[in-house]
Amino acid sequence: ASSLVYVEHNNDKIASGTLNTVTAATKVGGSVTALVVGSKASGIAEQAAKIAGVEKVIAVEDAAFEGFLPEAVAPAIKAAQDAGSYSHIFLPASATGKNIAPRLGVEFDSQPISDIIGIKGEKEYVRTIYAGNAIQTVSSADSLQIVTVRSTAFDAAPAEGGSGTVEKMDVAVSNDSSEFVGQELSKSDRPDLGTAKIVVSGGRGLKSGDNFKLLYDLSDKIGAAVGASRAAVDAGFCPNDMQIGQTGKIVAPELYIAVGISGAIQHLAGMKDSKTIVAINKDAEAPIFQVADYGLVDDLFKAVPELTEKL
Amino acid sequence: MSLRVMVTVKRVIDYAVKIRVKPDKLGVVTEGVKHSMNPFDEIAVEEAVRMKEKKQVQEIVAVTCGPAKNEETLRTALAMGADRGVHVVVDGEDYDGLQPLGVAKILSEVAKKQDVNIVFLGKQAIDDDMNQTGQMVSALLNWPQATFASKIDVDGDKLAVTREIDGGLENIKVKMPAVVTADLRLNEPRYATLPNIMKAKKKKVEKIKPADLGVDITPRLKVISVEDPPVREAGIKVETVDELVDKLKNEAKVL
Repeated sequence: ASSLVYVEHNNDKIASGTLNTVTAATKVGGSVTALVVGSKASGIAEQAAKIAGVEKVIAVEDAAFEGFLPEAVAPAIKAAQDAGSYSHIFLPASATGKNIAPRLGVEFDSQPISDIIGIKGEKEYVRTIYAGNAIQTVSSADSLQIVTVRSTAFDAAPAEGGSGTVEKMDVAVSNDSSEFVGQELSKSDRPDLGTAKIVVSGGRGLKSGDNFKLLYDLSDKIGAAVGASRAAVDAGFCPNDMQIGQTGKIVAPELYIAVGISGAIQHLAGMKDSKTIVAINKDAEAPIFQVADYGLVDDLFKAVPELTEKL
Repeated sequence: MSLRVMVTVKRVIDYAVKIRVKPDKLGVVTEGVKHSMNPFDEIAVEEAVRMKEKKQVQEIVAVTCGPAKNEETLRTALAMGADRGVHVVVDGEDYDGLQPLGVAKILSEVAKKQDVNIVFLGKQAIDDDMNQTGQMVSALLNWPQATFASKIDVDGDKLAVTREIDGGLENIKVKMPAVVTADLRLNEPRYATLPNIMKAKKKKVEKIKPADLGVDITPRLKVISVEDPPVREAGIKVETVDELVDKLKNEAKVL
């Protein structure tokens, strides 16, 4: 086997999911080549060369990659694949990876495997279906394997310690069908939901967006990221990028504190792989208590400030 | 500008049904289980209908791929406001083995025949959770893609689309013809009213087969097993915040 790993980045630094994707690639065996595509690729390529397990880095730089539009990026990956004839292409199962992988499937007439949580063989993978309510093992008949990787299911490869070689590649890109206008990223000093060791998450029980302050106070004290249930997002308490669950983000931190969340199947799908789960809810019958290691049946408006004070 | 839109609808197990794995461990129980339109596809239909109500869209063609029962799903789209339907009939083993690449090949051929300016899809189906079909249709047609859309505006011959990405939102413009996939916050789909359900029964539905489109839908992936997820054991109830803090520090050692 030989793998090509798509390095997700923002021209400044590598997105953490890339490190987990490298680990997945090393599990099929053989060499791992990292591919950096971007309007500023050289600095990222230097960083990628240091990732443990990466033997070689290919850097493709062009202004056309601004905004990582899939119509521009997918052809660059195709060019790298054509040049290297890898057996596998791995991408993080992030918004970017999901945007690009299916296009590669069309380019190579190969059926990609999305969001894997395990690898059983060179062409055999484990993934979840029905929002984590069933676990499927599939084998692929395609000669080129295209796979996106759920970052929480694989350890991160060490970001330092590797000594890969860096090679530049030129790809002629033309894309006049789509145009990147800009991004509105949520600014926060708190850790990123996907990588935080601790996540504090709020549901409809918070009653209003303003009351999320209780969770921000707690999370600031313990260095946590803040998430929300779909019910809280639908009620307008917080933006969608905070949503944890089937239709939002999948997280698996060391500690997950669910506050005022009943624990719909939808939500559990996004957090039940957390190592330790705490639930605070005044309804003793709430399904969240069935997955919680520690449950506290109490009024959150009293319990959360007390917890913040005592930690 | 008067656009022609195709919107795709998948019939899936209703989102509220508890999933049960089949005894043969090769799939989940679908017999006698409530099915509905994939929720993300409902959002896509709703958006197309709203664009028609704003006079931006002239005609909406709803398309589904699947067995006879899929016609119900198609009728739901027609009751929501789509003008006519195309039912690509795929059943038996062919349907069991139908995968995103096969579906995308079917849909892209239908889109060419229907001569549309926009193909709307849900961002993913809540059964296989693959999140691939829209992107594949885009690549097959060589039309740009605007995935995970939470806002769509027509801007001349382009669509200005706000996308849900990790960490926030992104704004892009795509030149039509284009492929758009709907995310959760794009809109709240309407319920079909009884008069509209009655009207939908009279709307035209054309039935075709993948072979009519010259499309190969041979499955590429083989399901080896389907299993229940590991059960997480319920833990203990603590009585006070002090006890919780003690457990987190001294037992779980996570703080």
